[in-house]
Amino acid sequence: MKFSISDRPIDVAGTTRLVTDRHCGALVVFEGWIRDHNEGREVERLEYEVYRPVAEKEGAKIIDEALARFAVSHALCIHREGLLELGDCAVIVCVSAAHRDAAFDACRYIIDQAKSRLPIWKKEHYATGVSEWVNCEHCAAAGNTHGEHRHE
Amino acid sequence: MKIQVRYFALFREQAGCDAETVNWSGGTAADLFQTMAAKHPTLQTQAAALVAINDEMSSWETRLHEDDEVLFFPPVAGG
Repeated sequence: MKFSISDRPIDVAGTTRLVTDRHCGALVVFEGWIRDHNEGREVERLEYEVYRPVAEKEGAKIIDEALARFAVSHALCIHREGLLELGDCAVIVCVSAAHRDAAFDACRYIIDQAKSRLPIWKKEHYATGVSEWVNCEHCAAAGNTHGEHRHE
Repeated sequence: MKIQVRYFALFREQAGCDAETVNWSGGTAADLFQTMAAKHPTLQTQAAALVAINDEMSSWETRLHEDDEVLFFPPVAGG
């Protein structure tokens, strides 16, 4: 299981253990959490919609690309779907490698590619009672190249 | 030709349905989106939108074939 979508809470410690290896001196883990604000608005909860058939296929490709590009031994990513509350873990990326540079680079590559390529959408529910799909206007303007801006 | 169209997230809300079958004169995925936007005036093109055909990520310039299933993805926002 290199990439998966889960409708249950992510077991961070258990997931991390899946990539540990005696040959690896470095483990890099990225966790994406639900925060209480976005672009000046108070967020109460968040809902992820995922189209699994394509997300799972593309997600596996991203992991394979990372394994081919960087000198890493193991990599995996799990992304949540459904309704998530503040403080919940929405996504985890775990990478192990002999040395830290490759592990950091691969982890960054996987989360960046996952955010821009996978058919996953989030609807934010605000304290005002309003809810909206989150779209990055900068991405729309730049044709989703992400060339001149970064996501938080 | 007969094409199955599916909408996701924002596009589903704009189109007012999650799927429909259309009889269409043919062309690219981008052409099909324009046809569907004309049918559903609230459905709006977005530069960062993505398209998949038969569950494979694809290009807007891909020409469609009879019985293709076309998936219109609004700008994605995982993570």
